[in-house]
Amino acid sequence: MATLHTRSAARLMIAPSVLLLLAWMIVPLAMTIYFSFLRYNLLMPGMEEFAGFSNYSYFLTDPAFFQAIFNTLAIVLGVLFITVVGGIALALLLDQPMFGQGIVRILVIAPFLIMPTVAALVWKNMFMNPVNGLFAWVAKLFGLQPFDFLANAPLMSVILIVAWQWLPFATLILLTALQSLDEEQKEAAQMDGAGAFSRFIYLVLPHLSRAITVVILIQTIFLLSVFAEILVTTNGGPGTQSTNLTFLVYAQALLQFDVGGASAGGIIAVILANIVAFFLMRMIGKTLEA
Amino acid sequence: MARNVSTQRKIVVTVVAWTIGILIFFPILWTFLTSFKTEAEAIASPPSLLFFDWTTENYHEVQSRSDYFRHFMNSVVVSFGSTLIGLIIAIPSAWAMAFSPTKRTKDVLMWMLSTKMMPSVGVLVPMYLLFRNTGLLDTRTGLVIVLTLINLPIIIWMLYTYFKEIPGEILEAARMDGASLSKEIIYVLTPMAIPGIASTLLLNIILAWNEAFWTLNLSAAKAAPLTAFIASYSSPEGLFYAKLSAASTMAIAPILILGWFSQKQLVRGLTFGAVK
Repeated sequence: MATLHTRSAARLMIAPSVLLLLAWMIVPLAMTIYFSFLRYNLLMPGMEEFAGFSNYSYFLTDPAFFQAIFNTLAIVLGVLFITVVGGIALALLLDQPMFGQGIVRILVIAPFLIMPTVAALVWKNMFMNPVNGLFAWVAKLFGLQPFDFLANAPLMSVILIVAWQWLPFATLILLTALQSLDEEQKEAAQMDGAGAFSRFIYLVLPHLSRAITVVILIQTIFLLSVFAEILVTTNGGPGTQSTNLTFLVYAQALLQFDVGGASAGGIIAVILANIVAFFLMRMIGKTLEA
Repeated sequence: MARNVSTQRKIVVTVVAWTIGILIFFPILWTFLTSFKTEAEAIASPPSLLFFDWTTENYHEVQSRSDYFRHFMNSVVVSFGSTLIGLIIAIPSAWAMAFSPTKRTKDVLMWMLSTKMMPSVGVLVPMYLLFRNTGLLDTRTGLVIVLTLINLPIIIWMLYTYFKEIPGEILEAARMDGASLSKEIIYVLTPMAIPGIASTLLLNIILAWNEAFWTLNLSAAKAAPLTAFIASYSSPEGLFYAKLSAASTMAIAPILILGWFSQKQLVRGLTFGAVK
C-alpha cells in the first residue's frame, strides 16, 4: 500500500507538526544560547555587550546555584520516593475486593486534577499556616506548639504538597498495571505455597516494573521543573532554602531583569535535564519496545 | 478455583481504603466546605466540619470584586483553543505515522517526545522577550500559541496509539467493496477514530487548564487564566480563606468532573500508551 504517492502524502501530513516542533526547539533555544553570552539587563537597555563566559561563571559560582541544584534533586527524588512507594501500597490496597471501590478510586485520583496554584495555596493557608491552619489546631489539641512548616521546613513542605498532587498519578497507573496481572498466576503461586510477601517480590513487582519505569520517567519530566508550588508558597525562601533551578532562573530573569544571567542558568538547566533525559529515554525506549 | 474472600476481610479492606481515600481527598473537601463559611467561621477554632451557617456570599464576592468570570473565560479559551488547534495539526501527522509508517517513524515519535524534556525555563527568557516585543504578552492568543506547542507531542503520541489500533484491513475491505475515498473517510474511518480523538481532547484540556508555568509567566491582569488568578491570592489582604476557597472550588470543579469521567483515558494518555 505504501506507494510513492501515499508516502509523499504522508510526509506532507507529518510536516506541519515536525516543522512547528523543530522551530519551537531551535529558535528560542538558540536565542537563549546567544543571550547567555551577553551582558544584558532589561533595566539598562542599549547597553548589551559580549560577555564571554562571565554569565556562566557568575551562575556557577553563585552559592544559590548549588543550593538550587540540591533542592531540584531533593524535590525530584523526594517526591518520586513518596509517590512510588505510596503508589504501590495504595494500588495493592485498591486492587482488593471492597465495597464502593469506584468511589474510593475517584477520591484518590482527585488531587491530580487540581491546578498546582490551588493545591499549593490550600495547603499553605488552610493546613500549614501556624496560626489558622488545621495542622496547628491539631497540634494544639495535643498540647503541642504549632509547627511553622513553610518557615522551618520549606523544602519538605513543598515536597509534601507536590507529592500529594502526584501520588494519584502513580497510584492510577500502577493500579491499571496491577489489574492486568493474570489472576490464575497469582492462584498458582498461592497453591505452590508462596506467601504474600514472596508473591509480591517474585510475581507482582516484576509485573509492575514497566509501569514503575513509566511513572518515574513521566514524573521526572514534570518534577524537574516544579514552579507554581514554590512561587505561591515560599517564593523560594526563606533565603534560597526552597529555590530550585527553575525558580532561580525565573527570579534572575523576571525579578532582576538579568537576561544574560538567566539565559546562562536556563542553558545549564537544559544541559542537566538532557543528562537525566538521556538515561530515561534509554529506559523508556526499552520498555516501550517490549 | 474462585478465591474465597471472606466478608470479614472485605469489610476490613473497605474501612482502610475508605479512610485513606477520604484523607487524600480531605484538602479538597475542606476547601469546598470552607467556601460556604463566613470568613470568621473559616478560621474558627475549633473548626466546624458541617454545622455552620451555610452561605454563598463568598461566591458573589469573588465575582464582584475580581471579575472571576473573565478569568474563567480566559481559561476556557486558552485550554480549548490550544487543544483544538493542536488536534488540527496533530491528526494528519498521527494518521500518517500510524497508517503509512516508515523506518524513521519511531525515531520521529521519540524525538517529539524528547522535546517535552526540554525544561521550559530554558526558553523562558527569549519567549518572554519575543512576546513582549510582538505584543503577545498577556494575551489569550499568546497563551494559546505556547500551550499548543508544549502539548503537541502529547497529542500526537496519544492519537498515534489510538490510530494504531484501527485495523488496516477494514480500509482495504471497504475499498474492495467499492467505497470511494470520501465514503471511506466518513463511514469507516471517522467512527473508529472518534473515541481516540475525544479522549485526547479531554486529557489535553485537563493539562492545558492546569498548566501553570507559562500561564503564570506570560500573563498579567488581562489574559490571566484561573491558574494565575488564584496565584494572586498568595499575598492576601485581611481575611480571605473563605474567598480563596470559593475561587478555588470554581476553578477546579469543571476539571474534576471531566477528569473523573475520563479516568481510563487519563492513564493511557499520560503514559503515551505504554500502560493501558
